[in-house]
Amino acid sequence: MRRLAILLAFVAASAAAADGPAPARRAELLHLVRQDCGSCHGLTLKGGLGPSLEPAALAGKDAEQMSFVILHGRRGTPMPPWSAHLSEPEARWIVDQLRKGLPQ
Amino acid sequence: MRPLAIAALSLGIAACAAPPLRGTGDLGLVVERASGRVMLIETTGRSALGRIEGLGDLSHASMVFSRDGRYAYVFGRDGGLSKVDLLQARIERRVIQAGNSIGGAISQDGRLVAVANYAPGGIRIFDARTLEPLAEVRTGAKVVGIADAPGNRFVFSLFEAGEIWIVDASQPRSPSVLKLKGIGKQPYDGFITPNGRYYIAGLFGEDGLALVDLWEPQAGARRILAGYGRGEEPLPVYKMPHLRGWAVAGRYIFLPAIGRHEVLVLDSVTWTEAGRIAVHGQPVFAVAQPGGQRVWVNFAFPRNDVVQVIDVPAMKVARELHPGRAVLHLEFTPRGEQAWVSSRDDGVVVVYDGASYAELARLPAESPSGIFLTSRGAMTGF
Repeated sequence: MRRLAILLAFVAASAAAADGPAPARRAELLHLVRQDCGSCHGLTLKGGLGPSLEPAALAGKDAEQMSFVILHGRRGTPMPPWSAHLSEPEARWIVDQLRKGLPQ
Repeated sequence: MRPLAIAALSLGIAACAAPPLRGTGDLGLVVERASGRVMLIETTGRSALGRIEGLGDLSHASMVFSRDGRYAYVFGRDGGLSKVDLLQARIERRVIQAGNSIGGAISQDGRLVAVANYAPGGIRIFDARTLEPLAEVRTGAKVVGIADAPGNRFVFSLFEAGEIWIVDASQPRSPSVLKLKGIGKQPYDGFITPNGRYYIAGLFGEDGLALVDLWEPQAGARRILAGYGRGEEPLPVYKMPHLRGWAVAGRYIFLPAIGRHEVLVLDSVTWTEAGRIAVHGQPVFAVAQPGGQRVWVNFAFPRNDVVQVIDVPAMKVARELHPGRAVLHLEFTPRGEQAWVSSRDDGVVVVYDGASYAELARLPAESPSGIFLTSRGAMTGF
């Protein structure tokens, strides 16, 4: 619930639509997560060279920190920074989707 | 008509007309990674003969072939090891052998299949005929870049540990292990030269590669192309390069640089840099066309809708092709007259003429990734 509140507050603060990326962009983002994040984290996101991104593995992790890692990468690991391709609200939205489990 | 023939074959030839006999030398499989199936292809008429389903999670799937070219051993991400009969277009055997795997290799004598696993980290060795498990070598780290070497050995690298291990499986139930430590930071893939003598691991954690002479493995690994990044900050790598493929053209070995839009050229006689070639993006595969005059390169996200062809004598890009979005893999027919290229996001496999670059065929496929032809079954390191 708090997560949702943070997300809503954040999205409301940005001038964009109140509920995250537009539907067409959402489809693109989900495709990106599955296919391109999937290169290292596995198509089903259960992990590969990179760790699992399944909801159980993410439980208890801080949403803000996860979004930061998506945008800026993790030094010393193969995780690259995605900020050239994703906005901050988009990274937040991806974190939210990952924590819920991607739609099948 | 042809799919029908295959179907008839798979029925076990109960009825009257026997299906026409055929060999497997022009067959191959294309991974349809999102659907857990493979497409059976033939390169003579350049067509799809059928689909084989039920292979599990095929993200990053790869395969090797039996020495007779009849069977493919498909390594799935979910730890599945499937033995696919190409002539009957069906799965003959399948085991789930680990939680998370990355690839595998077949032994020199064709009797053993080794699977490289991330979790639990290690390799497992199976009887190629029955898929009976014979041995396990635990590593405590993710296994990458597994390749077969002469002497029924398997060579691989450990990502976190920075080691190269050489497993001698000539006694398959009690393999012996030679561990080479301190070979470099974060090896991400490795390959063996076509003559079976050298194993080379690419390093992610530093600029350079590790080289092992398998004639003298006790001598350890030596660092080559150290510092090729010239101290510059690497660009983001959105997809790990792959080293397994025919990157060898004459005396030169063409290797994707990490975090640089360059292909590195390594002289395999002196083991020094022979040049570098500016390319369109972060290279993923650099594959030499049989004959060695050209090297074809594909690229990582977001510049992955292009294939560039390097002219080897000129050491520069001579041609750019646009097969479709998200080009994941390419494979040549063994004599190099055709190049098969997969475009994941356009759902198509494009066949190019190896000399004129003319498009010869487009085969629809669902999220195609790896393309594997049976000719690999006759080559060390594949």
